[in-house]
Amino acid sequence: MVADEIRRVILDILSRIQPDEDLSGLVDEVPFREQLELDSMDFLDIVMELRKQYRVQIPEEDYEHLASMAGTISYLEPLLKDVQSPV
Amino acid sequence: MSSYVDERIVLTGVGLASPNGNSLGEFRESLLNGRSGVVAYETRHMGAVLAGVCDFDALAHQGRREVRRGTRSGSIAIYCAHEAVADAGLDLAERDRSRVGVFLGITEHGNVETENEIHEISQYDYDTSVWSHHHNPRTVANNPAGEVTLNLGITGPHLTLGAACAAGNAGFIQGAQLLRLGEVDLAVCGGVSESIHTFGIFASFKSQGALASHEDPTKASRPFDADRNGIVVAEGGAICTLERLPDALARGATIYGEIVGYAMNSDATDFVLPDAGRQAECMRLALDRAGISPDDIDILSSHATATDQGDIEECRAIREVFGDRESLAVNNTKSFIGHAMGAAGALELVGNLPAFKDQIAHATINLDRLDPECGLSQIVANAPRSLDRAEYILNNSFGMLGINSVVIVKKFKADG
Repeated sequence: MVADEIRRVILDILSRIQPDEDLSGLVDEVPFREQLELDSMDFLDIVMELRKQYRVQIPEEDYEHLASMAGTISYLEPLLKDVQSPV
Repeated sequence: MSSYVDERIVLTGVGLASPNGNSLGEFRESLLNGRSGVVAYETRHMGAVLAGVCDFDALAHQGRREVRRGTRSGSIAIYCAHEAVADAGLDLAERDRSRVGVFLGITEHGNVETENEIHEISQYDYDTSVWSHHHNPRTVANNPAGEVTLNLGITGPHLTLGAACAAGNAGFIQGAQLLRLGEVDLAVCGGVSESIHTFGIFASFKSQGALASHEDPTKASRPFDADRNGIVVAEGGAICTLERLPDALARGATIYGEIVGYAMNSDATDFVLPDAGRQAECMRLALDRAGISPDDIDILSSHATATDQGDIEECRAIREVFGDRESLAVNNTKSFIGHAMGAAGALELVGNLPAFKDQIAHATINLDRLDPECGLSQIVANAPRSLDRAEYILNNSFGMLGINSVVIVKKFKADG
């Protein structure tokens, strides 16, 4: 997957975690928590969905890289480079 | 600290989700018109079973995120609590919410989520790293009551009362007791059940030979009938607001009835088989506490679940306490909706409350051939019965491990 595909995957996960939120204006460089009502359990949902869908095991010390969309994409790009995009 | 020990406790609001109605008005109409809520239902691993299934709007009082994060029993409880508070004409924003308590009876909790998670990890070769972080907050025993406090911003005490199928009454009893202790000024209480979402409860009843089957789902739940063959599992909830009488009068509340007596006891005899002697003792204890005699009861809302021995034992207990007095009306709500477990006792009580106004005892449906071993002449069979008097309702609710609960509600009269 390339950056755009990873972004779509994360948006898909976020839309399931936050079904009532409008994600169209999400700014990639701004932390998720400053734009969405996202608590620690929601954040763990992102980690869990990545684990289930792509078997990506993200260690707790790396969670800080997932604070924003841009950070998440940068972190996941090398891990998912050989994974086929689902969309 | 003020003493409220002798205060009268009144019921001022009702919210419910039943397989045959999502408000007291709808529920009552279904009960008076013989409308069942039992349908064919698919459950994991077992396929087709029968169940009482609710269709209330979970999004009426929750966002989709909240529904997703919580449990089915939490959603049922939130819906019922909101409806009860609104029905009572209460605005919680105007109240001291640290003086509000939530007390909900449950038969079981956590089986649904545990089964879901085991199913989920089975899709990943039982890799426990995909076990949900939501599992613990969803399965703690206080979950449905806790979800109500989160949703409504209630900061007083909250508890679930694990009391098997006697739990609906237990919620009301806990609420009344904490009002009298002065621990709370408003009790949001009753019972809830999500049990149709766990295959285990169906499978266990089936293994026990106690799961109902019938080609017509609406005829499957048939307490007291000679051809009964077991329980129809249902989901649902009923929650009431209880207040001390002076508080209710001061705000001009509509009063559905007054809780004048209650009792709980234990058989101490068997894991599953009921005990008529202890059930009779429980009814007598509630009557004594209410300061009335068996002859004062007009409607007896029975617990009978359509199991072979359970119905016989309850009839034996009712005969022992009430004799053959013909003016007693014995009815049964499970014949309409199945057995709503922790919600059963609560739904069964509130569905009878309108009788204080309309003087009608709703029926027990599906009673085509009364089992001679049940042999109660006072059962209101298949059609509602008009009553000469509707002053007192006694609500039976019994459960596994020999737990019995009885609540007596009196038609409200300001002078007692």
